[in-house]
This record gives sequence, C-alpha cells and structure tokens, in this order.
Amino acid sequence: MKIFILKRCLYGLFTVWFIATATFFAMHNVPGNPLNDEKATSAEIRKNLEARYGLDKPLYQQYLIFLTNMAKGDFGISFTQKNRSVNDIIKAHFPVSAALGFLAIFFAGVGGVLFGALAAHYKNRWPDYLLIALVVITISVPSFVFAALFQLALVNLNLYFDIKLLPIAGWGSVQHMLAPSLILGLGTLAYLTRLMRSSLLEIENAPYIKTAKAKGLSESRIFFRHRLRNAVLPLVTVLGPAIAAITTGGFVVESIFAIPGLGKYFVEAVHQLDYTLIMGTTVFYGSYLVLMVLLVDILYGFVDPRIRMS
Amino acid sequence: MSKPFSGLRKAQVYLLFLLCCWCNAAFSDAIDFEQKKIQIALGAEPPDLNYLRATDQVSFFIIEHVMEGLLAYDEQNHLIPGIAERWEMDEQDARFYLRKNARWSDGEPVTAHDFVFAWQTVVNPRTASRYAFILAPIKNAERIIEGKLKPEQLGVKALDDFTLEVRFERPCAYFLNLTTFATYYPVRKDFYLKNTERYFADVNNMIFNGPYVLDEWTHGASLHLSKNKNFWNADNIQINEINIPYISSDPTVIFNLFRNEEIISTGLDADTIKMALQERMQIKKFNLGAVFYLEFNHREERISSNIHLRKALQQVFSAEELVYKVIGLPGNKPAYSLFPSWLDGEKEKFFKEHPAKKIPVNIQAAQKELALLKKELNLKELPAIVLLTGDSPLASKEAEYLQALFKETLGLEIRIDKQIFKQRLAKMSSGDFDIVLAGWGPDYNDPSTFADLFYSRNENNHGRYHNETYDHWVQIAMNNTDQKIRMHAFSEMQNILIDDVVIIPQFERGVVYVENPGIKNVTRRIFGGDPSFRYAWLEATED
Repeated sequence: MKIFILKRCLYGLFTVWFIATATFFAMHNVPGNPLNDEKATSAEIRKNLEARYGLDKPLYQQYLIFLTNMAKGDFGISFTQKNRSVNDIIKAHFPVSAALGFLAIFFAGVGGVLFGALAAHYKNRWPDYLLIALVVITISVPSFVFAALFQLALVNLNLYFDIKLLPIAGWGSVQHMLAPSLILGLGTLAYLTRLMRSSLLEIENAPYIKTAKAKGLSESRIFFRHRLRNAVLPLVTVLGPAIAAITTGGFVVESIFAIPGLGKYFVEAVHQLDYTLIMGTTVFYGSYLVLMVLLVDILYGFVDPRIRMS
Repeated sequence: MSKPFSGLRKAQVYLLFLLCCWCNAAFSDAIDFEQKKIQIALGAEPPDLNYLRATDQVSFFIIEHVMEGLLAYDEQNHLIPGIAERWEMDEQDARFYLRKNARWSDGEPVTAHDFVFAWQTVVNPRTASRYAFILAPIKNAERIIEGKLKPEQLGVKALDDFTLEVRFERPCAYFLNLTTFATYYPVRKDFYLKNTERYFADVNNMIFNGPYVLDEWTHGASLHLSKNKNFWNADNIQINEINIPYISSDPTVIFNLFRNEEIISTGLDADTIKMALQERMQIKKFNLGAVFYLEFNHREERISSNIHLRKALQQVFSAEELVYKVIGLPGNKPAYSLFPSWLDGEKEKFFKEHPAKKIPVNIQAAQKELALLKKELNLKELPAIVLLTGDSPLASKEAEYLQALFKETLGLEIRIDKQIFKQRLAKMSSGDFDIVLAGWGPDYNDPSTFADLFYSRNENNHGRYHNETYDHWVQIAMNNTDQKIRMHAFSEMQNILIDDVVIIPQFERGVVYVENPGIKNVTRRIFGGDPSFRYAWLEATED
C-alpha cells in the first residue's frame, strides 16, 4: 500500500510539472504582451516594468526562475492586481470557492441519494417519471440559466411581498451561500439521482437482498442496511472528480451572484494575459485536481476491500 | 380542537420572527437616511489604488473620494481651489499657495513638500508609472522619465511649507486641469518610505487627504468608505458612509441589486434597459467622453494606405445609422470628428466654434473612388480587407454591420479578425490590420488629449499616420497658450483628419443609468473619479 501511494504521489508530481511547463510555454507563445495597455508607455518605463516582472530575461531563464520559485511555492506579483501576490489571491479567494463548492456537493450528495432512492422506490410510476424528467432538464440546462432565473424570481418575490427572503447576490453570511451553492450543485445532484436510481435497481435482485427478504427483515431495514449501502458505492467513484470540478468550476455562478471566488481570477487572468496569475491558478488547480484523484484512489481501497486486493 | 391550532399559530409567529431576524442579518438598504449612508456596487476590484501608478476607472473612482489635489472640480465640473487656496500662473511658471488647514487623515498638515516628493516619485523611471507622461509640461519631466536626468532635477520646488513653485518645460494652457488628476496628488515622504511597494495596497498602507477614508477592503469582495474627519472641507460633505458590498461585472446582477433596493444606482445595457423602461424607471444619460472610430493602417505596404480606398469607405458610412439602428442604445451619439462634442473651445464648445465637415453618404462617388483604386493598383479584384476588433458583443455587432455594409455597397470582402484585449493591442502595435475598431478616452479637458494621437511620433499612433502639416499644427497647439491660436490649430487638424480620411469617426460613448430618487446631486465626470459623491446629499422622497 505504501509503495502504491508513493508511486501515485510521484505520478502526481510529474503531472503537475507537465501542466506547469506546457502552460508556461503555451502562454508565452500567445500573441500579445501582458504589459501592453490601451495607452502606450515610454521605452524607459517599459524597461522598468519588464525588469520588475523578469520579462527582460531570455525565455529559458524565465522558465528556470519560474520553476525555482514554484518549488518554493511563490508565484510572484500579479500583473493586473498590481499590489497583490498571486499567493495572496489564491489564499483569499480559493476558500470562498471551496466553501461554495463543498456546500454544493453536500446538497448534491444528499439530494442525489434521496431523490435516487425515491425514484427507485416508485419505479415506473409517476414520481419516478417526474423525477427522471426533472433530472433530464437539470442535466441539460446549464447552471447559469438557473442562476439568472432564480435571481430574477427572487427579486420579483421580494418586490411583490416587500420582504427580503434571501440575498440575491454578495457574500458574507450563510444566507448568501444557500442559493448559489444549490444551483452550483444542481447538475451533480441530477447526475447522482440518476446514478443512485440505476444502482439501486441493479441490486434489487441481488442474492443478498433475497436472503434478507427471506430472513423476514423489515422493508426499511433491508433498504437502509443492505440496498443503500451497496448502491452508494458508485457515487463515491464520481464524487472525487465532482468535488474537484465543483470547487474549481463555479466561475459562472460566482459571477452571477457576485461571489469573490477564485474562478473569476482564473478566467480574467487568461483574458488579461496576466502571466503570473495564469501560472499560479493553473498550477494550483492542477495540483488540487491531481490530489483529489489521488485521494479517491486511496479512499477507494478503504471503502471497497475488493479493489485494494486487485 | 383549539389547542393544536394555537400551537400552529405560535409556530407561525415564531417562524415569522426567525424570518425577520434572518432577513435583517444579511441585508441593508441602498440608503440609510438617518445615518446618511449609501450602498453601491463596483464593476471590478480596484486593480491599483496607488495613485502614482493607477490607470483605470475603478481605481480612479475610489481615489477621487479619498484624495485631493491642488485644484478640484465642483459639481458643474468647473475648476475650484482644492488643497491650494489660490495660485498664480504664467507661461514660464506657476505658484500654488496651499491652505494651512489641509490635513492628512492622521492630522498632519499637507505641505508643499508632499507635492514635490510625489511628483519626483512619479517621474522616477523606477516607479514605472504609466501616467508619468501627464507630468510632461513640468520642466525636465520627460528627460527624467527617459532616465537622462535625476528625479531631483524636476522643475518643482517648495518655497516654504505652504508655497509650491512649478517651472514649465513649455507653456501649458491646461496645466490647472492637470492638477486635479490623480497622478498629481501629494504623497507624504515618511509614510511612503515606510510602505514603498505596498503603498495603498491595503487599508493599513494608506493615508488620505480627501473627503473620505477607505477603512475596510476585503479584496475582490467589498470596500467601505467613511467620512474623513480631518478633511479641511469635511463640514460640506453630506454623506457619512459609502458601503460597497458588491463587486460584479455582470450588468444584470447589478440591475437586480438595484431593483431589490440594495444599491443606489445601476448602468443599463441593451437587456436591462428594456426592463427599466417596462417598470417606468427614470432613465438618465451621461456622455463618458470617449470617442470611437475606424482607424486605418497607413503603413505603405497595406492597401488601407491608399486614399481612394479610405475615401470610398468614408462615403458609404453613416454614423447615424450605426448609432441609431445598429447599436440602438441611448446615450451614444454619432461622431463626426475626433474631437467630441463636450470639449471646450475658446469661449463655447469646440464643435460649435469649429464644426466638423459632415461627409454625406454617396455610394456612386464611393464606387468611383474604388474604380480609381483598382486602376491605380492595376487590380481586377481587391484582396480581402482585415478588420481588427475586440471581442465584446458591441464590437462584434459593429464589425458584422461594417462587413455587410462594405460588401453590399462596394462589393468589398472584409475579413473580421476578432481578438481578446491584449492580442488586439499586440496586433495594433505591430500594424497587423487594415482597419481597426479603435477608441480613445481623454485624460484632460483640452483637444490636445485627442489631437496628439495622430502626431507622427506618438506611440499610440497605431496606424503610423505621418503628415508634416498635421505635426506642424500639433506643435503650434503645444507651444502656445493663446486659446485662439490653439483652437485654430485644432480646427486645421480636424480638417486634415477628415480630408485625408485618417480615421472615420463613429460615435461618442455614453451611458444610460438609473438612480435612487433619494440621492441628489451625484456628479458624473469625464475626468477623475466617476461618479462623485462629494457634493451629493440625501432626501427622503414620499412614496
């Protein structure tokens, strides 16, 4: 097991290095210069700006400096947020994205299991059809549509009843988190519902369920003890990548709800060709994703001994 | 029967109570009349509040509220005394007499030395301030920026604590306007040296001499301004607090926040204006000051350097059609000149004293020009013309309109080259275009802020337009303070720009917005921080 973990860690490190290197050279090959602005600057000032960011050195040297600093965990000063280090930006904004993401995963997980179980329980009857129809809609409609609609509905409700039920945007309290995290998690919730339903139905006729029934166990005991626990396993598989995707991929929802998450910086960095911020966020997100996949791989062994054996 | 019912009632009351607590915790209103507090949203996080280096509108907005220069603008945007209570100026130098009651937010006086230190720091190439050029009228500034002289050699001196002397490199008719600009604001040496690179990076690296202090700043999320008790004119500042709990670039979100009565104003775009009209909101408009135009590439190897092509395009284009039928958003105005309609002339507005020649649409004449072009170049078919543009929805719409227009009227093939901001700039600088959708925002209230663009040595002259007569008139305007001579020079430049089709003016950019009727006298500004709440007050309206 130790060798397995060590091996995976090394692979992970290699992946991060590869992501960093590929991004570094791709970024420098994009036409345009991060120091260009609508208004031109004099040659002397430009030289000083280039020196400040190390752009006056040949590319291979810049790469070596970048690698050394990356190893130290220092990504330098952002080009667009001129007084902030990239580390500060990640430190300040990733926790926001992460909080939003984990709450979204919580909603998705709980909702997915619940609705999946309901659908399976009422198989081929109207609640099942209704839920599956909703699932199809939720998976096909992108989250920003729900976000915009939800916000509009909320404003109209507030205006109509002259009461403020939920904040329509912003960040700072639990209330602020509810709507965006629910919407962020909707897609995953729908996906998990479908997965849960099929997984429950698959094991419906498994021998151990038959045994349980034959033992005369109550319906609810069979459900919670045997069916649910076995059916949840495939969910854990998709949860790892889903956590990584949701905690990092909330850009649109963050933007609609004016939430100070990291997504905005990640996207803006590319638009503004903010070299240091592009590298910082890419390497950070890359490592995070690699770490999540690694954790799931390891956790898997604990959850299902059969996998560890193989 | 009655018991469970009353239980239910109790639960309802309790729930309602919880709901109220819930609601109170997370909200505050757009205006708090009692505490004289307002709430607004920003379109972006201020990228750099260090006013020695700041270049963007969001930063300028905050800086306008926390700092003050030698002069300031009043609510009609006329110059008024700021930190300087009076001044004397001629062609060679100027003297500013500072008010003795002007203080920094820690109670220390604002002195002439603070201005000397600030200006020397701006022109120091090590500061790498992009706006350093705006100090160019001051003696030696340009040579210091180029690294040829030392910052101490800048033509500015503190004669005593409250008298500042400025020597000019050349006569500068609009110098007083410049002193309101953020790059000219004072810096206290002791405080700056303690912070240097971190100056104005966070609330504890800041010290203010303006009407407000920035006392809270959670990056990317919120800012909070409170009235500066040490501001010399604090008694005339009516609004005590400006709270900024939202930062979003999405106009729909901002509009929703406004409808939800959480912020006092919002700009409108093509979508939100429809909703505002439906709800019968009172819509206001404001000219932002920037002019947009088609800029041609005048480098010899490009087809756009041929005057016949430029004349042909000029004669099929109608600014009215573009503004009213294509853009269709109120606030924007058709432009006929590089010099926008708000610019001051000698006595009246410049466009009234020197109206630009309007070129009527004449497709036949345009086709003749095109025939001349083909003959001159000995071509049967013209190559595709590259139209470089940004990636905003508005730019795309405009580019597609022009593509269709030039195809239909002249049979020209236009290839749209849509690029994100930095890549468009790179292509503009390297001359990789025939026509580019360009625009220019002014830095000060004088036509030269626009006219200099097509000076042959200006680095912002992306099309490399070169015309000695034009350069001559730029020099005349630059070296004179007699407004009559200067305005005549600008008028000559305006004629060249039209006759030689250096550019095709398109529109003057404006905004439409709605504002809570409880706030009065918010000043909209082309220069400096916009909007300004310095002169605003609150008045509860009866519903």
